[in-house]
Formats: sequence, structure tokens, C-alpha cells
Amino acid sequence: MLRACLRGANATARNNCRRNPLTSVQHCRHYTAGETSGATKVVAAGLLTVSSGIGGTILYAKWDHKFRAAVEKNVPYSDLLFSLALGPSSQEGLPIKKQSEKKVKEAAESPAEESSPATTQPAQSIEGKSLISVSASLEESLASSAKTTLQAIGAQEAALQAITQHTHKLKEAMEAEVPPQEKSAQWKDLEAALANRTCAMNDASTALLKANETLGSLKSVIDKSKGLNIAAVHPLVLAAEENLHNMIVDLDKVVTKVQSAESEAKIVSQYSELVNEAKQQFQREVSSLTPEIQANWKGLTGKLSADDLNALIAHAHRRIDQLNRELAEQRVREQIHIDAALEQQKLEDQKALEKAVNTTLQHVKEEARLEQERKLGELREVMEAEMRTQLRRQAAAHTDHVQDVLKVQEHELRAEAEQVLSSKMLEQETRYRQLNQEQLDNFTLDMNTAYARLKGMEEAIDSHVVAEEEARKAHQLWLSVEALNYTLKTTDSDLPTIPLKSAAEAVRDSCHDNDFALALASALPEESLHRGVYSEASLRARFNSLRSLARRVALIDESHNSLYQYFLSYLQAALLFEDEQKAPPTQLSREDLDPFKLLSYASYCLEHGDLELAAKLVNQLRGETRRVVEDWLTEARLTLETRQVVSLLSAYANAVGLGTTQAP
Amino acid sequence: MAEEHGRKWDRCLADTAVKTVTGLGVGIVFSVLLFKRRTWPVAFGSGLGVGMGYTNCQNDFRLPYLIHGRMVKDQ
Repeated sequence: MLRACLRGANATARNNCRRNPLTSVQHCRHYTAGETSGATKVVAAGLLTVSSGIGGTILYAKWDHKFRAAVEKNVPYSDLLFSLALGPSSQEGLPIKKQSEKKVKEAAESPAEESSPATTQPAQSIEGKSLISVSASLEESLASSAKTTLQAIGAQEAALQAITQHTHKLKEAMEAEVPPQEKSAQWKDLEAALANRTCAMNDASTALLKANETLGSLKSVIDKSKGLNIAAVHPLVLAAEENLHNMIVDLDKVVTKVQSAESEAKIVSQYSELVNEAKQQFQREVSSLTPEIQANWKGLTGKLSADDLNALIAHAHRRIDQLNRELAEQRVREQIHIDAALEQQKLEDQKALEKAVNTTLQHVKEEARLEQERKLGELREVMEAEMRTQLRRQAAAHTDHVQDVLKVQEHELRAEAEQVLSSKMLEQETRYRQLNQEQLDNFTLDMNTAYARLKGMEEAIDSHVVAEEEARKAHQLWLSVEALNYTLKTTDSDLPTIPLKSAAEAVRDSCHDNDFALALASALPEESLHRGVYSEASLRARFNSLRSLARRVALIDESHNSLYQYFLSYLQAALLFEDEQKAPPTQLSREDLDPFKLLSYASYCLEHGDLELAAKLVNQLRGETRRVVEDWLTEARLTLETRQVVSLLSAYANAVGLGTTQAP
Repeated sequence: MAEEHGRKWDRCLADTAVKTVTGLGVGIVFSVLLFKRRTWPVAFGSGLGVGMGYTNCQNDFRLPYLIHGRMVKDQ
């Protein structure tokens, strides 16, 4: 409605731009009287201020119960007003409202109070810690947001104040009929008020921003703590949400108030602008009419000439006519304008209403939600308590039952277990005995086999020992025989060997349990034992020397042995030539018995190492030759005999040794 | 055995020589003493000596199994 008036005012101001300032003042007064008179304006402004003050008080009382109590105490009948506006001062909301106090300590205390009983329950768990942290964060953010909100509200209120002051001053400046010298002071005041207002506005806006920020952070903290999903946090969260909601509501109210004041101020400023514009237009008209006259339209009265005055009056009359016409037009169109304005206003009102309705709806919804949640929380608690008691009862019953059942089960199980145990023990015992027996048998078997093997080994060893003994003896025999053999070889050319006695003794010692060897050893001729035997070489040499003598006495025998025969045999030996050596035939015939032949045969045999054959041949000699070679023959016989025995012994020893020696 | 034979021969020859010289000596003595230095007792004596020696030698050679005893002094 005021905007419509303002538009009307603009139009009229434009139309009345050439009017006299006085008349314009009048007109203004007239214009203003068209809508409302100045007094009415003042009354309206005063009413507005009062109503805003009351509204603010009510709002604040709604938020701050202490304030409400104080006001009720001091101002009579205010309790009626408050109960009308806010409902009875509900004490049950106090504990929750307490948390929304502007004192930071209370806001900190109650969450602490609430959190402390909450924390005593899950004190030992991590929940308690997170709960403490959550409550701490909540109270922190609550405190900060309360502070900032209050600051914002205060700033807004200050801004409101400044705005109202400014508008008031502006209106004053617009309408007051003060002498010109105070006008400048007024304008200065106005400017100051304007500056103040702008400053306050800025402060308010910054405070509002900050408050919004903190509210936003509080909201996020609440959401986070809601997201933690801990049961004990719910009342805290609920309280914080309520606080948040209240703060938002208050902030919104204050903001709306400020906005309305701003709009008012805008209207007033627009009005003042219009007025200024009208004035300026009028001034321009006037100056266009009277170009030589400058400056203030108020100072024109003393300087104008009659023409100018006439021109001005004419212009003024013309203007009056125009304005009358416009007025008539306006009156005609008044209704339409008013209808249009009303429509617009209705629309705007509707919009505003809608907006207000929306916001209040939201607020109400929020409140309802909070209420619901609170109720839910309470209900949950109650249910939980009941459930706990029921559970306890049930648990007690259950424990009793379980005890009984357990006793019974214990008996049963024990019996079963004992049975099983006994059976298993029996089984184990039988198995154990069986194993034992098996082990014993195995052991006996092993022992027997071991014993048999041991016996076998012992026998083998004994036989080995015996065999070794035999072998040793055989070796010893062989060695002794070899020694004996060696002693046969120890001859010089004409001397006999060393006596074989010791060697024979050794042989006899090494075979004292062997009859054959003993016989053989004792078969050695005595001469060889005592005196030794001649070697073959010596015999050969001797024979060679004997041969000439034997040849010389070839004719001498028992019957022919005179010296004459000797002479004849010497002659024969000198004259008869035979072979030195001649191979003897395998069979001797009669003519082979000739001593010379025999001697050559024997020589041959001796030369070829056949002492035996030589001895045999020499044995065929008769007579004196026989006597001459008798010694040699004996010697040869001796040697041959010894050699035979020794060879027999060595052969025997070799045989025995071979027999005892184990081939690898 | 050859030395026996040799020894025999040595003995024989020595014996013969001795007998001969002895016979010669006796012969000379007899010839000087009894037979007015005739030569026949010298020849007779030497011959006698040779003969004796020869026979001894022969006997020695014939009887090989005859052991010549020697006087062993009791010491």
C-alpha cells in the first residue's frame, strides 16, 4: 500500500516539479494529506515502533525464559500478553530450554550433566570416549553458534534501530518545518544517521554471515554425531537440534524484522528521493522560467521581479490546472488504481504469506520432528528399562533352569564318560598286553637268531683260528723246509754244507704233530745231519778228478790185482781214448758196462745235472774202480737222499701251504 | 779215495826205495865182509829189497780192506 502511495507520490512530484517550494511543501502536505496526514504518519511510525518493540520482546521472551520472567515481574499484565502470544511459560521445556540459554556455561554444563550420566554407563567402552568427544563437540559448537547468533541478533537489532532512526530522521528532514539554519544540522544528523545505519547494516550482515556459518557447522556436527549412531547421544543430539532450530527461528525473525524495516526505509528513501526529484524538477522548471535566478528555491521570494512573479504565477496556475485535472483523473481512476494496488498488494501479501507460511510450516515441522524424536527417545528409554527388568527376570529363570539341566547333564555325561573310559582302558590294556607279548616274542626270536649267528660266527672264527693255525704251521713248516733247502745250497766248492741238524730240528719242531713230516724229517740221513752234504758241483768236480784214477785202475779187481795188472791198466788208461761225455742210452746193454763208457756216461749225466743217473751208472762199476769211487758214491747217495727228503718235505709243505692258503 | 791211492803209491814207492837201499846196503856189507867184495851180494840185496817192496806194494793194493793200524799214543 505504501508503495502504491509512493508511486503516486512520484507521479505527483514530477507533475509538481515547478511548484513553489512553499506550495510544494503545502502540496507535499497536501499530497501527504491525500494518503495520511503528518500526524497520522507520526502516529503510524510510533505505533510501528511500539509494535516492533513488543514483538521483539515477545520473541526474546520466547527464547529467553529468564527475560520473560523478569518482564512479567516488572511489567504488569505482561504475563497475560505472553501467555496469549507464547502459551504458558512451560516449565517442562525448561531443562531443554536451559540448554538454549545465552550463557555459554549453562550450555556447556547441561550437555556435561547429560553426558556424565550417559558416560557412567559405558564408561569402560570406547563408546564412552566417543560420547564424551561428541558431547564436547556439540557443546562447543552450540556455544559458538549461540554466541554468534546472539551477536547476529544484537547486530540485527542494532541495524533495525539504526534503520528506524534513519528513516525517522529522513522523514523529519522531509517534512519538518524547521528554520533553514537548523536544516543543515538536520541534514548532518541525517547523514550521520545514514552512516550509522550503513555501518550497523554492515555489522548486521557480517554478524548474520558468521551466525549462519556457525549454525551450519553446528548442523554438520549434529549430523556427524547422529551418524555415529550411539544410543546415549540421542538426547544430546535432540537438545542440540532444538537449540539450533530455536536459534534459526529467532535469527529468521530478526532478519525478517530487519528486512521489513529495510523495506520501510527503502520506501521512505524512495519517497525522499521522489520528493527530491520533484523538487529538482520544480527547480529546473523555475530556473527554465527564470533562468537568471539561481540556487535555492526558498530564497527566490526576495529577488524576483514582477514579470518573473507573473510568469511564475502563471506557471503555477497552469500547474494547478494540470494538477486539478490530474486529480480529477486520479479520482476517477482512484478506484481502479486502488483495486490494482490492492490486487498487487494482495498478491504480494499472498506471496509474503506463503513465504511466512512456508517458513512457519518448516519451523513447525521441525519442532514436531524434534518433539517426536524426544518422545521417541523417552519411549525408548522406558521400553528399555522395562525390557531390562523382564530380561533380568528371564535371565534369572533361565539360569535356574540351566543349572538344573546342567546338573542332570553332568550326571549323564559322567556316567557315559566313565563307561567309555573303562571300555577304552580295557581295550588299551589288552592292546598293551598284546604288544608286550609281541615284543617279547620278537625279542626272543631276535635273540635266538642273534645267538645262533653268534654261535655260527664263533665256530667260523674258531675254524678260522684252526685254519689259521694250520696255515701258520704250514707256513712255518714251509719256512723251515725252505731254510733246510737253503742250507743245502750253502756250500763252497769242495766243502760240505753246514750240518743240517739245526734246520732239521726246526723242521721237526714245526711239524711235531704231523706224522708224515716227522717221518720225513727223521728220514734224513745222519751224516747229513751231523756233517752236512756235498753239493752237486763239488761232487762233479770230485768225479772229474776221480775219473782219471778210475780209468787207471779199470783192469784191477779182486782176482787181477797184481802190480803187473796195475801196470797194464795204467797202460790201457794211457792208450785208450773215449768220449769225454757220452749220452747214456735208456737201457744199458752188456757192452755199456765197460768202466770207460760208464765213466763217460756218468760224466755226461753229471754235466747235465742228473746226479741220480750218474750215481746209478757209477753203481755199475766193479772191481777196483768201484772201490775207488765208493766214497764218491756214498757221498752222492747221501746227497741224493737228503735232497730227496728235502724235496719231499718242501713238496709236502707246499701242498699243505697251498691247502691252507685261501685264494683271494 | 784218490788220495788213498796216491798215498798207497807213495808208501809203496817209499817202502820199495827203502828196501832196495837197505838191501843194497846189506848186500854191500856182506860183500865186503863175507864175500870178498863181490858184486853179487849187492845186486842180491837190492834185488831182495826191490822184491820185498814190490810184494808189499802189491799186497797193499790187493788187500784194500786191510786197515793199517797205527800206534796211538795215550796222551
